[in-house]
Amino acid sequence: MKISVLGSGCPTCMRLHETVKNVVKNEAIDAEVEYSDDVARIVELGLMHSPVLLVDGKPVDVKSTSEKDVKEAILGGAR
Amino acid sequence: MDIFAPIQWLADWLTYTVFHIAKTTPLGSTVDFFIYDSIKIILLLAVIIFVVSYIRSFFPAEKTKKFLSKAKFPVVNNFLAALIGILTPFCSCSAVPLFIGFVEAGVPLGVTLSFLISAPMVNEVALVLLWGLFGWKIAVIYIVSGVTIATIAGWVMGKLKLEKWVEEFVYKVKSVQADEKKLTIKDRVDYAKRYAIDIVKSVWIYVIIGVGLGALMHGYAPNDLLVKYAGPNNFFAVPLAVLIGIPLYSNAAGTIPIVSVLIAKGMAMGTALAFMMAVTALSLPEFIILKKVLKPKLIATYASVVGVGIIFTGYLFNLIIGH
Repeated sequence: MKISVLGSGCPTCMRLHETVKNVVKNEAIDAEVEYSDDVARIVELGLMHSPVLLVDGKPVDVKSTSEKDVKEAILGGAR
Repeated sequence: MDIFAPIQWLADWLTYTVFHIAKTTPLGSTVDFFIYDSIKIILLLAVIIFVVSYIRSFFPAEKTKKFLSKAKFPVVNNFLAALIGILTPFCSCSAVPLFIGFVEAGVPLGVTLSFLISAPMVNEVALVLLWGLFGWKIAVIYIVSGVTIATIAGWVMGKLKLEKWVEEFVYKVKSVQADEKKLTIKDRVDYAKRYAIDIVKSVWIYVIIGVGLGALMHGYAPNDLLVKYAGPNNFFAVPLAVLIGIPLYSNAAGTIPIVSVLIAKGMAMGTALAFMMAVTALSLPEFIILKKVLKPKLIATYASVVGVGIIFTGYLFNLIIGH
C-alpha cells in the first residue's frame, strides 16, 4: 500500500507524517510512506484543508494526529 | 439570575472554607478571583466552541467557495468573506489550500484576501477570552473591528489588481468536484465535541497562566507600570505594538491572557487590541507558508494594508475608550 501525507509544511502536517511513520512501523503495515508539499494536488482532489492523508491515492478522514486515530484512518482506508 | 453564580459559590467555598483564607485579605480575593475566572472561562470555551463548531459543520470550505464565487456585489462580498472567516476553523496549515481553492473556484482575489485576514484574527476563541477577561463590550468591539479591517483591506487590495503577483501555477490548478458528505446530527455533534475538547485541551494552560498572572499582578505590581510606555498618551505605542506583534506567532488563546496583564498594568485598550490583531493576523511564519502562492510583493502589500488598518483601529479605540 502507498500512503502519502500532503501538507503545506506546517507543524500539524509534520506531526501527521511522523505519526503515520510510527503507526506503519508499530503495526508492521506493508506500506511506503511519502511526504509531499504539493498543495496544488490537495485542491485538485477537491479538498481545501491541510494536511491530507492519502491511502493508495484516495483521501481518507483523520480525526486527529493521535496514533489511534491515524491507525484507524489507514486501516479503514485500505478496506 | 447570574448563570455563573454556582461557580462563584464554588470559588468562595474553596477559598474561604477549604483553604481557610480570611475573607477580606488581598490573598483571599486573589485566590477567589483566580478560581472563579479560570473555571468560568474554560466552561465558556467548551460550550461556545461546541456550539460554533456545530454551526460550522454546515459551512464547509467547499460550500463557502462556491457561494463566494457566485455573489457579485463588491464590498458586500468582502464583508461576507470576512464573516465566514469568523466561523472557519483555521490554522496556518490550511491557508494555502484554501487560497488556491478559492482562486480556482473564481472567487475574486480581494474577497479571498478578506477571508484570509479574518480567519486567523477573528474567531470564537478570541471572542470567549475577551468576553471572559474584559467583558462583552470589548469582545464585540474586537470582532466588529476585525471584520471591518478584513473587509476594507480585502476590498482595497481587490481594487489594486494584484492578480499578477499571485504565483502562476495557482491559476492552472483544476479541481474535481469532491462528493459532498452527508452528515447526520450525530456526525455534527461528534465533530463539535471533538473540536471543543481539542481546543480546550490545548488552551486551558494559557488561560490558567494568564488569569493567574493577572490575579497576581493585580495585587502586587504597581498599576501604572506601563502607563508611561504603553498608555494612551504615547503616540508611538500603537505602531510599536504592531511591529512587536509580527514576529510573534501565536493564536488568540496564547495572546489574550498576556494582554490582559498588560492592560491591568496600564497599557491602553486600543494599543492592546492592535497588538492582539498583529500577533494573529500578521504573522511571519504564516507569510513564509503563503510564499508558496503569493509573490513577495503581494505579501508586502498584504502586510502593509492590514498593518495600516490595525494601527488605525488602535488609535481609534485609544481615542474612544482611553484607558
